[in-house]
Amino acid sequence: MSGGVLSLDNVSKRFGDKRAVDGVTLDIDAGERLALIGHNGAGKTTLFKMILGLLPPTAGDITVLGDWPGCDRARKHVAFLPENIAFHRSMTGREALTLLARLKAVGTKSVAPLLDKVGLADAADRRIRTYSKGMRQRLGLAQALLGEPKLLLLDEPTSGLDPLLRRSFYAMVDELAASGATVLLSSHLLTELEARTDRVAIMRDGRLVACGPISQLRQEAALPLRIRLAVREAERAHVAAALNGQSINGQTVSLSVLMADKMKTLHQIAAFGDAIEDIELIQPTLDDLYVVAAGDGVDGSWA
Amino acid sequence: MNAVAALAANEFRLGLRNRWVALAVLLLAALALALALLGTAPAGTTGVDHLTATSVSLASLSIYLLPLIALLLAHDAIAGEQERGTLLLLLTYPMPRWQLLAGKFLGHAFVLVLATLIGYGLAALVLWGGSASGLTIFLRMLGSSLLLAFAFLAIGYAISALCTETSAAAGLALAAWLGLVLLYDLGLLGLLVADQGDWIGSRTLPVLLLANPADAYRLYNLVSLPDSAMLTGMAGLADQLALPAIMPLLALVAWTLAPLVLAARLLQRRTP
Repeated sequence: MSGGVLSLDNVSKRFGDKRAVDGVTLDIDAGERLALIGHNGAGKTTLFKMILGLLPPTAGDITVLGDWPGCDRARKHVAFLPENIAFHRSMTGREALTLLARLKAVGTKSVAPLLDKVGLADAADRRIRTYSKGMRQRLGLAQALLGEPKLLLLDEPTSGLDPLLRRSFYAMVDELAASGATVLLSSHLLTELEARTDRVAIMRDGRLVACGPISQLRQEAALPLRIRLAVREAERAHVAAALNGQSINGQTVSLSVLMADKMKTLHQIAAFGDAIEDIELIQPTLDDLYVVAAGDGVDGSWA
Repeated sequence: MNAVAALAANEFRLGLRNRWVALAVLLLAALALALALLGTAPAGTTGVDHLTATSVSLASLSIYLLPLIALLLAHDAIAGEQERGTLLLLLTYPMPRWQLLAGKFLGHAFVLVLATLIGYGLAALVLWGGSASGLTIFLRMLGSSLLLAFAFLAIGYAISALCTETSAAAGLALAAWLGLVLLYDLGLLGLLVADQGDWIGSRTLPVLLLANPADAYRLYNLVSLPDSAMLTGMAGLADQLALPAIMPLLALVAWTLAPLVLAARLLQRRTP
């Protein structure tokens, strides 16, 4: 395929009887940010290991930057941040990053700026055994940024990071994507991925059950929009009945509307004029989408 | 090859930092000096200079101690990286896996060289009375001791590459030490007694001795040190074994290379 940084064609991996990854087909282009979501054991890490060339697929083909996974060229341009990253505990952050820069043959000049970038400049000369999980994770991020990789595979990259660091992490991801790098990250913190990825791929039991931009997946899943209305007390019952909504706690009127009926319903609401004191539109979240796509026994209707 | 150098330098630095070097130096120097200062008195009238006598004593000490130190150092090399979770990241870096092995091995080898040089060197400094032959014998003993240490380091690497847990690797390393350094000779002795010279003759015995790095080392120091046969009371044996002095050294080199190749193959097949 043309311009593809990563291409998976019907890739499967079996461990004995267990199908860890089952017929996954996925193409990712340069500069794209794709989030792989799924709960533990869904096959995300196995998929990463196959892309890195650490595990051979049982069936199917993987192409990384037009080459086979794990070849020298692919490894030179692919960066990986493992889940629960570990370093030698008696090394300092600077020593660990310097060693990895040498192993990647990218020169050690970038070490200090990278440590600064991930906020470890002050702790750079402390032993890693004194680092918190968040600090180790940031050091992991720094090593993933060594040598301006073309493809970044980030396995649960924001676990252990506080909200501020998460924000700066996603700013870094945006920066990388803008400069043409492709980012494939896995996460179970679904809400934080909204508006921060171009596409979302949902895995369940080794299969890819959905893949596309969040807006498209929302549309396909036909998740309803929730509208919450603050209505003048005297007209509350009337409005609830007319819109086929529910009155919650006698305070607000809540209704579920299919996306296709959104404008029609809004016009209906507008017709009540001053009786409506406030209106709140609640979009289905990635969490809702995930629950539907992963098929966890929820049929998509929600109140 | 930059990766090998970077890994070796890192491993050596960690060896210094984790006090491996300090511990090994202390152990070797203490025993070497104890042998040197206390053990040379009986040699006073035999006409053998003190350094030669101590070299022979050190050779018998090295056979137990150096393999143990080398195995302790090596058993963690690969299994430890896997257990700590650091191997996964290292294997995604753009270098062949054998370079990871070679780099770490060289770093550990430097640790052993430094510890042995300082430890035994101290004893030599104390004892050397200016005799050139004494010094030659000491240097031969030192060189072969390092080869012995490298062979057991390599065996430790093969064990470490075989195991996924450091506890298993430690157990296996200890078993290797026990088997090669202590039990092999007992077994061989039993075999010789039972055989009564029917099958195992002067041709088979050297092969059986070279098949064990500890015995290859013993053999070298027996054959090449002219005085040691007298000092160790095995004057007869050395003459019976028609073996060039280079053979035991070659055996030690082979005992270093073969386990390393095995370790590289095991690491190549490994999934972190």
